[in-house]
Amino acid sequence: MYSNNEELRMAANMIRKAAREQVAPLAPSIDATGQLNPEVEGLLWDLGLMTVVFPQKYGGMAQHSGTFLCIGVEELARCCASSALMLIIQAVGSFPIIHGARPELLDRLLPRMVENRELAAYLVSEPGAGSDVASIRTTAVKDGDTYVITGTKCFATNGPVASVYSVLARTSNNGRDGLSFFLVERETPGLTIGKIEKKLGQKGSQTSEVHLEEVRVPAGNLLGEENKGFKLAMKDFDMSRPAVAAQALGIAEGAFEQMERYSRERETFGKQLCEHQMIQQILADSATLIEASRGLVYRAAAQYDEGKRNTKLASMAKVFASDAAMKITTDAIQVFGGYGYMQDYPVERMFRDAKLTQIFEGANQIQRLVIAREIRKENSTS
Amino acid sequence: MKHLTEEQKVLLEMVRDVADREIAPRAIELDEKHAFPEHAQKLFAELGLLNPLLPAEQGGTEMDNETFVMILEEIGRVCASTALLLIAQADGMLPIIHGGSPVLKEKFLRRFAGSSTLLTAFAATEPSAGSDLLAMKTRAVKKGDKYVINGQKCFITNGSLADIISLYAYTDPERGPKGMSVFVVEKGTPGLIYGRNEKKMGMRGCVNSQLFFENMEIPAENLIGAEGDGFANLMKALSINRVFCAAQAVGIAQGALERSISHARERVQFGKPIADLAPIQFMIADMATAVEAARLLTREAAQWLDEKDKKGVLLGGMAKTLASDTAMRVTTDAVQILGGAGYMQEYGVERMMRDAKLTQIYTGTNQITRLVTGRTLLRS
Repeated sequence: MYSNNEELRMAANMIRKAAREQVAPLAPSIDATGQLNPEVEGLLWDLGLMTVVFPQKYGGMAQHSGTFLCIGVEELARCCASSALMLIIQAVGSFPIIHGARPELLDRLLPRMVENRELAAYLVSEPGAGSDVASIRTTAVKDGDTYVITGTKCFATNGPVASVYSVLARTSNNGRDGLSFFLVERETPGLTIGKIEKKLGQKGSQTSEVHLEEVRVPAGNLLGEENKGFKLAMKDFDMSRPAVAAQALGIAEGAFEQMERYSRERETFGKQLCEHQMIQQILADSATLIEASRGLVYRAAAQYDEGKRNTKLASMAKVFASDAAMKITTDAIQVFGGYGYMQDYPVERMFRDAKLTQIFEGANQIQRLVIAREIRKENSTS
Repeated sequence: MKHLTEEQKVLLEMVRDVADREIAPRAIELDEKHAFPEHAQKLFAELGLLNPLLPAEQGGTEMDNETFVMILEEIGRVCASTALLLIAQADGMLPIIHGGSPVLKEKFLRRFAGSSTLLTAFAATEPSAGSDLLAMKTRAVKKGDKYVINGQKCFITNGSLADIISLYAYTDPERGPKGMSVFVVEKGTPGLIYGRNEKKMGMRGCVNSQLFFENMEIPAENLIGAEGDGFANLMKALSINRVFCAAQAVGIAQGALERSISHARERVQFGKPIADLAPIQFMIADMATAVEAARLLTREAAQWLDEKDKKGVLLGGMAKTLASDTAMRVTTDAVQILGGAGYMQEYGVERMMRDAKLTQIYTGTNQITRLVTGRTLLRS
């Protein structure tokens, strides 16, 4: 657990303070307008959170990058899940670049991204390929020293505002062993933004379709080895799933803070809500789920940072924390009663935000399959 | 459903048809624009469905609760807000039906006969009196042949649109439950002031208003029943209204289940429809089982209420808790089955999830309905 690490604990406190003071007051308007606030975006860069997982010489953390990412996400999500999502998407979108780009490409790209504060997006999902990544249809065909990419990607968070995209495309017909990642830059001819989605929650980011019509990129934009893209995507999950779990944890903690405070302020039947045993049960269950989530999140992140295989724990953290967040936010509205259903109070937003954590970076049904598969693997090799 | 009369079958077929053709296509837009379902108001009025509980003596059909809850289910299946229109309409009328003298009924209910599009509202909740309704502060003081009312109400469905409002207030706060009374307030009464309409997470296709009463004078004959009858009247209305809420929740859950099934059949992942995957089959099985159980309990409660048996009150509270918890779980799972698409507005299930949440809260939070059920069982 990171709580033993003085440096990380100090960082967490600093981020929490900044999030409380500078992000929390803006969270309702970020949700209502469907736009990330430029001040918040600036703050995330100022705090170094947008480059946490970058190599150290480009602003990343020397150690504990996975844990640090989770800390940033958790602390922001306590007051604004949309802001926390920016960190996740930046990390997920940059991952194939950081771990797959040739040194020359990294040296050209990353300093520029840091200098101009550019966003990365992750173009993997397609209308016909959600949980089933192997059924991706977007193709990348080699033509001399270029690749020509054609296809449609969907649910691309920051699709309309990103400068660089990590695109997973088919380079051979060999199922999951025929996929490769490519770096595509925003201004490349043939790349256009499709419809922008109207979402239930996490509205402070634009999620869109991205169309790729004969988009031509240099062969050097291949990230990692050809046909090894699926493996790179799976490694990305090892980093991103604890981060999604951290987001769920933060949302749950935010909802808990709200309901706990309200239960002391609101009186019914002649006493404070928190003196009613039925409310105490909700508070107790919520606090227990939060503690358990935190344990899983930071163990999964610590294993990642130590370079150990963390796939099982990452999925466990994601399933547990997101299911917990959904339950806790649902109950938080219940504690607020009718008021909780109104947009004047933040718990209805947290409820809407929480639902996404059960879905993205692999639906929880998939996580359970992953956990079971990992268990079988462990037991067949021991 | 077994055991339906011929009449019920014909009626429900008609309602289902209207729901699919006229109500369903507008559900997303109503939600997005926070719009009142005027089209449904007119349509229901023409079809004689806007006020089905109106007594025969006042020119109504005096429909039984059992049939009414089946109608609510059918409407709730495609648009919960539109079902709430019918529920709010019934709620505003129940206090008069239960407690009004023949003269009062004639004066205020007759106008809802035929194809009237007038609306009613039921005003009990206050900022500091939600679950704890006895904590209400609104006061009615008799002065000559009038009552002077001061106070405020909140979250009142159709409050700022209603032609008549059934309003609960204390006439003698010292006497607690025995000091509460209920009145009919007509639109346009001086001193009746409309506050803002709330911005809600869901059920957006209905208006929820703040109401303020500033030295509002109403004729003394607008008192429903006698002074002190208010709390008993309120409990009676809520005991029936909970079954309506349950029916609406069953409808929402049914709608979400239907979407989940059709999506699971159509959506191909890993080379086959996701309907072929065991985790999806289990989810659908649990969802459908819960919906059936909630439906049967709701109808059972309505039948006992129709027979004026107290058992209907107990079962009605259970039905409300079970059906709304079911609606919440089933809609949350429906979004899950649709995956990323489920999180987007155009597929409709995220709306059902937002709508479902209200059914766990209104007409008594599920914490209160559990308390009531538990205490009733432990006492007897």
